[in-house]
Amino acid sequence: MTSTEFIRHHLTFLTYGQQPDGSWGLAHNAAEAKAMGFWAVHVDTLFWTVVLALICYAVLRSVAKNVSSGTPAKLQNFVEWNVDFINENVRSSFSGKNDLVAPLALTLFLWIFMMNLMDLLPVDLLPWLIEGSELAEFQRVVPTADPNLTFALALDVFALMLFYSIKIKGVSGYASELTLQPFQSKNLVLKLIFIPINLILELVSLVAKPISHSLRLFGNMYAGEMIFILIALMYTTNPVLGLLGGGLQFIWALFHILIITLQAFIFMVLTIVYLDMAHSHH
Amino acid sequence: MNINLTLLIEMVVFAVFVMFTMKFIWTPIMAALDERQTRIADGLAAAERGKREQSLAEQKAAELLRETKQQTAELINRGEKRASEIVDQAKNDAREEAERILTAARAEIGTEINKARELLRGQVAELSVLGAEKILEREIDRRTHDKMLNDLLTQL
Repeated sequence: MTSTEFIRHHLTFLTYGQQPDGSWGLAHNAAEAKAMGFWAVHVDTLFWTVVLALICYAVLRSVAKNVSSGTPAKLQNFVEWNVDFINENVRSSFSGKNDLVAPLALTLFLWIFMMNLMDLLPVDLLPWLIEGSELAEFQRVVPTADPNLTFALALDVFALMLFYSIKIKGVSGYASELTLQPFQSKNLVLKLIFIPINLILELVSLVAKPISHSLRLFGNMYAGEMIFILIALMYTTNPVLGLLGGGLQFIWALFHILIITLQAFIFMVLTIVYLDMAHSHH
Repeated sequence: MNINLTLLIEMVVFAVFVMFTMKFIWTPIMAALDERQTRIADGLAAAERGKREQSLAEQKAAELLRETKQQTAELINRGEKRASEIVDQAKNDAREEAERILTAARAEIGTEINKARELLRGQVAELSVLGAEKILEREIDRRTHDKMLNDLLTQL
């Protein structure tokens, strides 16, 4: 297996879809996966997102079920610390009143953090553990390095943003926000001229939001994963480079702890800010 | 970058996850946090109240103590006065009693002296008579010399 093949292998999702011959099944290489088009799913992404979501939910639920207002136990204390942290952030950035925002931010932060955390597992560990199985052929365990996931999150947030913009400001209010600024004029003719210009500018900035939102997370995690893959390549060369690779992997993993936390935090904060914009009048 | 059905499924997964978090996690935990907040606020208020009450009670206790001290001092004073009175009275009584006993004793002594004197007088008369008899070698007739004897008796 050449280096290119190794990298390509690690960048291919375990894709389930319709084969060229019409039957449904797992793709056996990147080209096949690509050929499946839109009506295919990334089994690894789906599996890990759901598993991580369930882990997060189970831990939080175990606390929430027996939550006491007295002296908290250790786990409850930890969860409360998280909840408080999120609540503080929401309170400082979100001026409107919406009970959805804080739990949304908590979900995003914890879930993205857990998904990013998968990056710290050695790239070949999980495939090696399930070696021999059909599922081990391709296995990407960092769901946030899958644009499908980051776009899904950003689009949900975007949908909420549009929903609340219209709900709070009304259709006409939101339309005027999109058309009557940033260029404003008292003169009616100028105003009419400004409307299409404003609309184009506002639409660009509107569309840029979910794209930058999702691509920022995806890009960071993808790059991080790529570096881990490149480091993993060193193990296959010779013992000296392999040893160096071990050190590098350790250092990169330490550094990556910062990145994964930061990216989860940024995603959460941007979500809060976008929703705050949807709630506030200009 | 293969965008496929995964995107739509993940959108649903995410939406469901958020709804569950909101309903079954955020709400109870926030309720507990709010409750704890009120409990802490109540506790602080109670502590404040307790402190105020304590200072009030201390003030009251100090006042009570002062009053009691005053009363005690008064009682002691009165007691001392009464004691000295009793002692004086006792002294007086004792003195009077002593004087009375002394007078009685003196009176008794006087009567005893008189009695002894009378006895002595009788005995001296007798002795004088006996002596005179011896001297005169004859019996003095008591009846004839009675006058002389009586004179002698009064002279003694």
